[in-house]
Amino acid sequence: MELQLADGNDNESREAQAKRQRMRSIAIAVALAALVALFYAATIVRMGGNVADRAL
Amino acid sequence: MSGTIEAETNATGLAGSLEPSVGDFVQLMKPRVMSLVIFTALTGMVAAPGSLHPILAGIGLLMIAIGAGASGALNMWYDADIDAQMARTAARPIPRGRVTADEALTFGTILSFGSVLTLGLLVNWVAGALLALTIAFYLFIYTMWLKRRTPQNIVIGGAAGAFPPMVGWAAMTGSVSIESVVMFMIIFIWTPPHFWALALYRCRDYERAGVPMLPVVAGTDETRRQILIYSVLMVITAAAPIYFGFAGMTYAVASTLAGAVFLWLAVKVWQIREGREADKAARRLFHYSIFYLFLLFALLLGESIAARLIA
Repeated sequence: MELQLADGNDNESREAQAKRQRMRSIAIAVALAALVALFYAATIVRMGGNVADRAL
Repeated sequence: MSGTIEAETNATGLAGSLEPSVGDFVQLMKPRVMSLVIFTALTGMVAAPGSLHPILAGIGLLMIAIGAGASGALNMWYDADIDAQMARTAARPIPRGRVTADEALTFGTILSFGSVLTLGLLVNWVAGALLALTIAFYLFIYTMWLKRRTPQNIVIGGAAGAFPPMVGWAAMTGSVSIESVVMFMIIFIWTPPHFWALALYRCRDYERAGVPMLPVVAGTDETRRQILIYSVLMVITAAAPIYFGFAGMTYAVASTLAGAVFLWLAVKVWQIREGREADKAARRLFHYSIFYLFLLFALLLGESIAARLIA
């Protein structure tokens, strides 16, 4: 009886686990994209007008 | 197979799930502690002289917050055994079986190095070094060394929670000055009465977990005496921004009134020593202490913003 219950919950649990894993993957992707955007923005800010001012 | 694993994990009293959610990782970062860190660091940044591009300032604040979250995760990794024994911490992700200790260690380590390097590279290395010191102090000095060994754990360990305004100040100026040391001192002296008030009504929890908090080792009477002494010192320290000239009249009046209430609550804790009323007094002081610190930094922040707007 207990084993059956465990099996019954298994599919649901597997689905829930897959969903959590998907959400984690999305969160990691968003964090990496944010990090890229962060370094890009900081680089532009730090360079400031120096790019336009450089000798050609 | 997974049914067997689930049955086993349930048998050990852990939650059935083997896949941690994003929310579990957020919990590892102690979001409530993080919010106070963000607030005090922001105050340090706004109170500091000079200016920084808003994007760089935003990155600085974000990295300080992530660094604080990282130390929270590393603390939960190391303290998982005692967290499981205390009612206040038993629902944390590791004791609940939602996140493994290894996952918390990896998460905390990546965030620690990531936040320090990013702050150093994009803002400045003084702030980066101070953030590294904060994380290292919290993990190695407080969590690993002091917490399980001495009732002075939170007195010395309180420094870790006091660094954020100093890191914020350093992010803006690239240096450490007396004003940032004063903000550090306010949080440093505030920490003992805040934590000992909690320890008074959670004494059994700490005793069961074997954490030598002051009430467990020296008794509740001595703890009440120490709370009162530190409360007096804290109110005096809270007046330092006025003396050093980076706080105005609003801060002077409001912090004095709020300090008087703090002292009154500390006296109540000292006077009421038995039964439910004693727990109630300690609880009241604990909750008020959070409001008090928030108020002090809100006043400093508000006055600094006003000064910047007028200038």
